[in-house]
Amino acid sequence: MNASADEFAIDVHGLHKHFGDKHVVNDVSLQVRRGEIFGFLGPNGSGKTTSIRMMCGLLTPDAGSGTCLGYDIVREADQIKRQVGYMTQKFSYWEDLTIRENLDFVARIYEMPDRKALVDRTLDELGLASRAGQLTGSLSGGWKQRLALAACLLHQPRLLLLDEPTAGVDPTARRDFWEELHRLAARGISVLVSTHYMDEAERCHKLAYIAYGRLLAQGTAAEVIAGQGLSTWTIEGDDLTELAQRLRGQPGVDQTVAFGAALHVSGRDGARLEATLREAAAGGALRLTPSDTSLEDVFIYMMARSSDNFGAPA
Amino acid sequence: MKWRGFSLARWWSVVLKEFLQLRRDRITFGMIIGLPIVQLTLFGFAINTDPKHLPTAVLNADPSEFSRSFVAAMKNSEYFEIVGEVPDEEAGRAALAQGKVQFVLNIPADFSRRLLRGEKPALLVEADATDPMATGMALAATSQLAQSVARHDLTGALAPLRGGEPPFEVQVHRLYNPEGNSQYNTVPGLMGVILTMTMVMMTGLAMTRERERGTMENLLATPVRPIEVMTGKIVPYIAIGLIQATIILLAAHFVFQVPFAGNLGAVYLAALLFIAATLTVGITLSSLAQNQLQAMQLTMFYFLPNILLSGFMFPFRGMPQWAQYIGNVLPLTHFNRLIRGILLKGSGWADLWPSVWPLLLFTVVVMGIALRFYRRTLD
Ligand SMILES: Nc1ncnc2c1ncn2[C@@H]1O[C@H](COP(=O)(O)OP(=O)(O)OP(=O)(O)O)[C@@H](O)[C@H]1O
Ligand SMILES: [Mg+2]
Repeated sequence: MNASADEFAIDVHGLHKHFGDKHVVNDVSLQVRRGEIFGFLGPNGSGKTTSIRMMCGLLTPDAGSGTCLGYDIVREADQIKRQVGYMTQKFSYWEDLTIRENLDFVARIYEMPDRKALVDRTLDELGLASRAGQLTGSLSGGWKQRLALAACLLHQPRLLLLDEPTAGVDPTARRDFWEELHRLAARGISVLVSTHYMDEAERCHKLAYIAYGRLLAQGTAAEVIAGQGLSTWTIEGDDLTELAQRLRGQPGVDQTVAFGAALHVSGRDGARLEATLREAAAGGALRLTPSDTSLEDVFIYMMARSSDNFGAPA
Repeated sequence: MKWRGFSLARWWSVVLKEFLQLRRDRITFGMIIGLPIVQLTLFGFAINTDPKHLPTAVLNADPSEFSRSFVAAMKNSEYFEIVGEVPDEEAGRAALAQGKVQFVLNIPADFSRRLLRGEKPALLVEADATDPMATGMALAATSQLAQSVARHDLTGALAPLRGGEPPFEVQVHRLYNPEGNSQYNTVPGLMGVILTMTMVMMTGLAMTRERERGTMENLLATPVRPIEVMTGKIVPYIAIGLIQATIILLAAHFVFQVPFAGNLGAVYLAALLFIAATLTVGITLSSLAQNQLQAMQLTMFYFLPNILLSGFMFPFRGMPQWAQYIGNVLPLTHFNRLIRGILLKGSGWADLWPSVWPLLLFTVVVMGIALRFYRRTLD
C-alpha cells in the first residue's frame, strides 16, 4: 500500500483500452476518495463499463496503471476482488438458481461467517423472504436489479462499483436505493456508480463525464458546470421549435435544448449570446430569463463538442 | 482449509451450484439416461474387418527344419507378424494378457520326432479372442496354412511325408471369448464411447454457458480461483459418468450376457480414471471455445478420432502405424483395453498398468493445459 491508498479508494492514471482497432478508453484518470459517491456519466458506448472492468481487474488495460483500495489493478486483482462489490450492467446472477441459492452461493464464495443468518437477513431487507424459493429468472427486471445490488453488498465490500444499478427500477425503489448509498458512504464505503439519470448525477459527491473514451470533465457538479463556462438563458413563448432552428448558428449561440415548454439556449460568450437573444426576442411575445446552466446542458454541450473534436467513433 | 490459495469452501460452493443447476436441466438429465440406451441399441451390431500383421510370439520347444518352415509360412500369410520368442507357456500367457501379442504359437518339445513316427502331433495356437473381429480371419488362415506347409515345405527327413494330408494338427485355443461373440467386445467398448460423448459435451458447455449468459463476468469478479471453478464444475459430471457406467454394465450383464471375468471394483476404478481424463478434455475445450456452438463443434472434432482410432470401431491392430500412434494418445484406446481386459480377461493391475499410466499422464497434462487457457479476465 502506498500513501495515496489512505485517501483514495480508486486512483488510476492514463488508462487505455483497445478492442481491435477501436480505441474504447483513451487516457482515463480517476480519483475517488474514501466515503465518496462518484458518478460516472457518458453516452452509450463511451467506455464506462470498460473503464469499470479495468478497475476491478476484469480487463487488463493496454496502458496506464493505478490502484483500487491500495491494490494494483493489474497485479493484485485477487485482493481487489475480495473487497470490491461489482454490480454488472447486465444481470449476471444465475437465473436457474432460486433467489436464496444465489445469495447462498455468493456468501459461500466469499467465505462469509454465519452464512445462513446473513442470507436470511438480506432476504428480509430486500423484502424477498417469502419468495426466496422462486427461480431468479422469473423475477421482473427491477427486482433483478435489487437482488443484484443486495448480492454485491453481501460480503460487506469497502468499495462498490455499480454499473447502471438503477436502470429499469421504479422511482420509489430508486430513492430507497440512493438513500442506502448515502448511508453506506457515511460509513466510509466508497462508491463509483455509472448512470444516465440527471437526478442521480446531482446526488453524487463528485462526477466524471466520459465521451468516446475520453474523460471530458471531473469534479463536483458545480465545478463541472463552471468548467465549461456556459451562460444559459431560458426562453418561454410560442413557436419555440421554429425559434430554435432560427437561433442555431447565430453569433454566441452554441446550443439550444428544448425542455418541455421552455428552450434553454447556451453559449460560451455570454455578452454576444445575450445580444443575439435580445434581438431575436425584440417585439415578439417571448419571455427571456437568465438561468443557471444545468448539468444536462453541460453534458449535452460536452458530448456535441467531443464528437466535433474527435470525429464519430470508429 | 487452504492449500496454496485453494479454498475448499469456495470449491464446494462451485460444486453445489453445478449440482443445483444440473438438477434443473431436464434435457441434460434425459440425455444422461437416453444416450447410453440409444447407443447400446445402435451399436449392438458391429462392423467386420480383416486386420493383418497381428503380433505373434513363438514358443518353440522343438527348433527344427519343420518349425522354421511353419513360422515362415505364417509370416507369408501376412496375418501374423512374429515379434519374438517366449521361453515358456507362462510368459506366453502373460504376453497375451498384457495385450503385447495377439497369438502365441506353441510348438511342443518332441514335435518333429512324433511327426516322423507318424503320430499326427498337434501345434497349438493360442489366441486373444477378446475382439473376435481381429482374430477371426487370421485363425481361419491357420488351417489353410497347415495344408500348404504339408504340401510344399516338408524337406529333408520329412520329405516322404510331403503331398498328402497334413501329418499334424493345428489346435486353436481361443482365450477370453471362446465363442467369438462380438457383442462381448462391443458392449464394454461402448462404455468408453458413451462416456466420451457425454462427458466432453457436457463439460464443454459448462464454461461457455457461463460466458454466454453473462454470469462469467460475475464469477470472475469474485475471489474464486480457476482451479476451484474447473475442478468444481467437473465433480457433478463424475457422478453422472458413474451412473452411465452402471447403466451400461447392467445392460451388458442382463441384456447382452457379457461375462464378467474380472473384478467389478476394478471396472469402476478404470471408469473413474477414464472419466477424469475425459472431463479435463471437456473443460479445456470449454475454455477454448467462444460460445456453445463452438464447444459442440470441438466436441465432435475430439469425438471422431476417438471412435475411429481407439479400437472401438475397427480392430486397433488393423490400423496403419501412424493411426496407431494417434490412437495411443487417446484415452478411449486405453480405456477400451482396460475394460476389455478386466471384464473379459479378468486381468489384474499388473497386466493393466500399461494402460493405466497413459490415462493418468493424459489427465495431468490436459488439466495443465486447461488451467493455462482459463481466462481470468474478459479480454
Ligand atoms: N468485449 C468487447 N469487444 C469489442 N468491443 C467492445 C467490447 N466491450 C465493449 N466494446 C466496445 O467498447 C465501446 C465502449 O463500451 P462500454 O460498454 O464500455 O460503453 P458504456 O459506456 O458502458 O455504454 P452503455 O452506456 O451503453 O453501457 C463500445 O463501442 C463497445 O462496442
Ligand atoms: Mg455500460
